[in-house]
Amino acid sequence: MDTFVQQLINGLTIGSIYALIALGYTMVYGILRLINFAHGDIYMVGAYAGFMLAVALGFASEPSAFGFVVTLVGAMAIAGVIGMAIERFAYRPVRKYSKMTTLITAIGMSLLIEYLFVFFFSGTPRSFPQLLPNENITLFGNATISTSQILIFVVSILLMVLLQYIIFKTKIGKAMRAVSFNINSAKLMGINTDFVIAFTFALGSALAAAAGVLTAQYNPKIEPLMGIMTGLKAFVAAVLGGIGNVPGAVLGGLLIGAAETLVVGYGGYIGIPSTYRDAVAFAILILVLLIRPAGLLGSNVQEKV
Amino acid sequence: MSSWVKSLITAVVLIAVLYVVNAMMSTGGFFGTGIDDYQARLLVFIAINIILATSLNLINGFTGQFSIGHAGFMAVGAYSSAYFTVTYGKAIEASLGSLGDTVASSIVLLIAIAIGAVVAAVMGLIVGIPSLRLKGDYLAIVTLGFAEIIRIVILNIDAVGGATGLQVPGYANFLWIGIFAIITVVVIHNIVKSDTGRALISIREDELAAEAMGVNTTKYKVTSFVIGSSFAGIAGVLFAHYNKFLSTNDFQFIKSFEIIIMIVIGGMGSMTGAILGAIIVTLLPELLRQLPDIQVGAATFKFADLRLVIFALILIVTMIVRPQGILGTREFGLSWLKRPMRTPEGTEPTGSDEGTPIAQQAEARRLESEEDKDQ
Repeated sequence: MDTFVQQLINGLTIGSIYALIALGYTMVYGILRLINFAHGDIYMVGAYAGFMLAVALGFASEPSAFGFVVTLVGAMAIAGVIGMAIERFAYRPVRKYSKMTTLITAIGMSLLIEYLFVFFFSGTPRSFPQLLPNENITLFGNATISTSQILIFVVSILLMVLLQYIIFKTKIGKAMRAVSFNINSAKLMGINTDFVIAFTFALGSALAAAAGVLTAQYNPKIEPLMGIMTGLKAFVAAVLGGIGNVPGAVLGGLLIGAAETLVVGYGGYIGIPSTYRDAVAFAILILVLLIRPAGLLGSNVQEKV
Repeated sequence: MSSWVKSLITAVVLIAVLYVVNAMMSTGGFFGTGIDDYQARLLVFIAINIILATSLNLINGFTGQFSIGHAGFMAVGAYSSAYFTVTYGKAIEASLGSLGDTVASSIVLLIAIAIGAVVAAVMGLIVGIPSLRLKGDYLAIVTLGFAEIIRIVILNIDAVGGATGLQVPGYANFLWIGIFAIITVVVIHNIVKSDTGRALISIREDELAAEAMGVNTTKYKVTSFVIGSSFAGIAGVLFAHYNKFLSTNDFQFIKSFEIIIMIVIGGMGSMTGAILGAIIVTLLPELLRQLPDIQVGAATFKFADLRLVIFALILIVTMIVRPQGILGTREFGLSWLKRPMRTPEGTEPTGSDEGTPIAQQAEARRLESEEDKDQ
């Protein structure tokens, strides 16, 4: 039982990270019908931006809450700007072309970011400094939760509430919903769709960067290719929840995270070795797409002829 | 001259060329002329990449089904055949010993290729039937997922070496790899030009319209997927038996992306485009390796490490500037040389068309108007 609780805590920690990244995938897909392959790499960019900030501003030597907040917000801002730049220079010129073209551009963007970082920062992993003191708190029995895990839960919940507020209570949020409903009608109603799309990219990228910094507090090893697998799993989470659906992305993220750690913890009993950890998300993806392509919370839309 | 005599002569000439090149790669060289190991390896990888690119082109370029998991099928072919040759290769060779070493090892290789092709085709069928119900980016992501699952499963099979890798006997040489590259190109070219090919292209152009015209779209999509996977399997077999070592790291999705890049750069839906793309993608990193390193302060930047950065840039810029790739869906061939010279816009050709067959004039005009459309 203790191990189960422990696995669940660990799973939900990773799940929150997946959820934060999945939000960016789902928002961009909701608006542009584009799988932004580079989104997982923005998560990596966020971790590196946080790393550079923490080292440059001297937060690395003495842990403080102020240092953490500055690093987090700074990384989110940097990633937001990069996300907007990617949209402006790579995705906007190909928006009018076919889906295949935009998808290949996204793959190209992902490779570009990854290998630019490999070129400038080398492929060897770096250790992210601990910005807040980390302690293990023993819950009932032997299950423990670390302060960095609590941090991940708290910050991701705050960010999700903030996102929900932006989408449903602000003017730009209304515009985002309008654009995702029908981009052409939105344009006819006088909404500056280019700005809304850029804003969506900035928002999604900032959330991914937050995920990057938070992960680095929990698991300090950062490397240029860390976004590939995490990004793909977050994408799976978005699809599982119903792509284009914001609460669905959160639900999907938590489910994928939990499923993954439970396979590592208990898969051995049903004949699935823990090395299949990375395959779990893909297996879930394939099952979801084949059985319920709209995802758990998504609604089926009939294709018009 | 009847067409099969022509084909036969072409085949004989091509095999003779491959044979000579292959002989030049051997330690003794061919009448004093040799190709060094490095260049030989490049030629081999061009040939393998041509198989991969043309087979993926059948799925992506001609059928319009966006698969980004081609490396998975390559892995299936490579590992299934390698398991066969590692386990039974020596025994079969020994029992065929009376035929001579070359013949015996060639027979083992051919059996291995058959095994790799069949296993990869079966895997293509297993993956294709459920996946091909999906469209566009969903299909893409599912094929990516399947390829990754295949890789992880292989990684966990101890019989094929698991994470440590697998030593494979080197049965394949340039002669065989070149022959199979040519076979692949010819077979896929013939499929595309056949009734099946027309059905595939109709699916690419408009799936609903194709279905309305009575094309069994599911059947044709699965067919093209299975054939494409099978050839990817053959490429895997040849890679395994040339490289002599297999590791699942060779089949990560970066490999699938590389094959995508080949057909995208060359032009999806063009046979010659895929071949051109395979050559560019194989040679470009080697050319970049020649560039000098730059020294900035204490740090040295190696241009060779920029290989994938440059690929990515080429990919993005190609998509923005020329989304249809270098050749688009057109083919490059000798007929290009016979094309009339382009004339400035607005002026009629000054030379008369007299003596040129009408069909050729019409073709030239069609090509020109198509180019105008592209711009």
